[in-house]
Amino acid sequence: MTTNLLRWIPLLPLAAAVLNVFFGGRWGKRFAGILASAAVFGSFLIALRVFMLLSPDAVLRDTLYTWIESEPFKAQVSFQADALTAVMLLVITGIGFLIHLYSTGYMAHDEGEARFFAYLNLFVFFMSVLVLADNLLLFFVGWEGVGLCSFLLIGFWYEDPANTTAGNKAFIVNRIGDFAFLLGMLLLFWEMNRLGVPSLDFAALKDAAARIAPDTAVLITLLFFIGATGKSAQIPLYVWLPDAMAGPTPVSALIHAATMVTAGVYLTARLNFLFVLAPYTLSLIAIIGAATALFAGTIAVAQNDIKRVLAYSTVSQLGYMFLAAGVGAFSAAVFHLFTHAFFKACLFLGAGSVIHAMGGEQDMRKMGGLRRRLPATYWTYLIAGLALAGIPPTAGFFSKDRILLEAYASPHGSLALWLVGWITAGLTAFYMFRQLFLVFHGTSRAPESVQAHVHESPAAMTIPLIVLALGSIAAGWLALPSRDVWDPWLQAVLGRSNPAEHGEAVNETLLVALTVGIALVGIAAAYFLYGRERRVREDGPLWGTLAQKYYIDELYDFLFVRPFTAAANWLARAFDPGIIDGAVNGVAGLVRGISASGRRLQSGNVQHYLFAFLIGTILIFVYWLRR
Amino acid sequence: MQAPIEYYLVLSAVLFAIGVAGVVIRRDVIVILMSIELMLNAVNLTFIAFSRFMGSVEGQVIVFFVMTVAAAEAVVGLAIVISVFRFRQTLDPRDMQLLKW
Repeated sequence: MTTNLLRWIPLLPLAAAVLNVFFGGRWGKRFAGILASAAVFGSFLIALRVFMLLSPDAVLRDTLYTWIESEPFKAQVSFQADALTAVMLLVITGIGFLIHLYSTGYMAHDEGEARFFAYLNLFVFFMSVLVLADNLLLFFVGWEGVGLCSFLLIGFWYEDPANTTAGNKAFIVNRIGDFAFLLGMLLLFWEMNRLGVPSLDFAALKDAAARIAPDTAVLITLLFFIGATGKSAQIPLYVWLPDAMAGPTPVSALIHAATMVTAGVYLTARLNFLFVLAPYTLSLIAIIGAATALFAGTIAVAQNDIKRVLAYSTVSQLGYMFLAAGVGAFSAAVFHLFTHAFFKACLFLGAGSVIHAMGGEQDMRKMGGLRRRLPATYWTYLIAGLALAGIPPTAGFFSKDRILLEAYASPHGSLALWLVGWITAGLTAFYMFRQLFLVFHGTSRAPESVQAHVHESPAAMTIPLIVLALGSIAAGWLALPSRDVWDPWLQAVLGRSNPAEHGEAVNETLLVALTVGIALVGIAAAYFLYGRERRVREDGPLWGTLAQKYYIDELYDFLFVRPFTAAANWLARAFDPGIIDGAVNGVAGLVRGISASGRRLQSGNVQHYLFAFLIGTILIFVYWLRR
Repeated sequence: MQAPIEYYLVLSAVLFAIGVAGVVIRRDVIVILMSIELMLNAVNLTFIAFSRFMGSVEGQVIVFFVMTVAAAEAVVGLAIVISVFRFRQTLDPRDMQLLKW
């Protein structure tokens, strides 16, 4: 089915971004925000319309033009929307719109508001290109584009060198993953060419997937997964995401929690037909996902920066998604992506509201007792926190529970994977409520001057919070055990995931009870330790290790950054002047030496030339005569 | 009684050789110009001789052209020599090597 509706989803934000770049400063800050929000809202309406048009096994197509034509390869700028795309589009434009709306309040005092909204709209453009792309090449355009926007927005307040450093870190770490992605794409194209289908269209890939050699499939999917670890912040490339919190908080909510970082999960879901061919890769994904979930969860426990806790929490939740993808439950992974987008965006926006109220303070040790001063923020934060902790009937309960069920019961699952996920669920509840109690309960630890002007945020900021909080509850009801509309919707795209295939009977009720139980234990522990006043001394070697994030940054610094810098320095100081410049200068010197002797021929005396001319004439003459 | 053509050709070759030698050897631009005239006239002599012996008028026609060109060449050459002399106070070709690096 073709339609020319799809193109407007990315084009509207792009148009608004262009307008804001050129005229944003002239039309006023207020207008920049309204224009940007309106564009994303327009996209959201179109996405809704697309969603209405779709049925689970239908695909909408919209071809703009042929981008690359090099027989036999052909790549088009062409969009497709199937059930999976529709879900992603609604998340991107729907939550994106709420965050734009929030930003009009949050960024109202900032000088660069027009620039901010231009970047944000550009991001929505690239992200929707990413999910709408009907071939891998266009997908890669979106993939790189969102990375660029992430870089621009992390370093948005570029006057502070720390922010630009964080932006660079994000960009460089992502580049490692993107390189693997590119290699994977090239290898895939090579293999497709060998099979006589020189194409990177998803439809063609899906048709030919079964014929791809198993070893090659493992290699391709491994490379794609490395790309996904970069974008979606998994071990070993997760280190950029916590630092990315240097950007404005709405950016953290939109890019570094709800949408961009889920691109890796979307990639595995989109290419699920490839990944299922490579059981080795799948089990690696499950292990990495579970390890990341636990690892980041433990770090989140010991952070004092309100946004860093959420950042590590995001890394941890992304780990859950990969755990689900790794056991073949792509539908559960996308479901958690969907619910996580609501409650994590809500948490980030709530954190932004707190930071806004505290005049820029991000250290939770200097907060406390904000419950009565910021009621709307508190209640939405509490709801989203419950969702993150996985307490029924919130959305997080349904999605996390489904992942843990699959981790145990799916054909690729195991008890160990479930156990790691289960412990992480407890940790999640603990760090979430540690944060909640530190920020909103107890008595305020802020200086008097800050306390004096603590105020609830304007309606532009609280309305998105309330909507997202409602979503954090209701989003999970799409997959009620009694009436599941989620799996049937995505089944045609993602395949069937059925825990019953495991053969052994699974006591679902017991698993659910265990999961909720450990979450409640986590909350209770947080209440006991932090509920009224902080009752625990946060020190000791274990705490220090956690607070210092297991010294991973230092380790990477030692293992990669320093040797790399040293090598670069050597190249710049010794190799480049000595060998590169030396070779160039040497060639120049050699030519000069040869020409110095040749130059003597040129006396400049016209009689010498005439003499040479005479000799030449005579020689030609003699040659003619003797021929 | 008519001299054989070889006499004319030998004389012409000798004159031409003197002209070449003058151009290559002499250190005075004016003399070099004169030597060039000598070479041109040696060629003229050859043309006339062949014209006469073959009973054709074409050789004589070409000689007129050569004389015209020689006159123009002398004018341009002397003009250059004068301006060079004004500029450098010398007529020695060895000193005229401004374009040499």
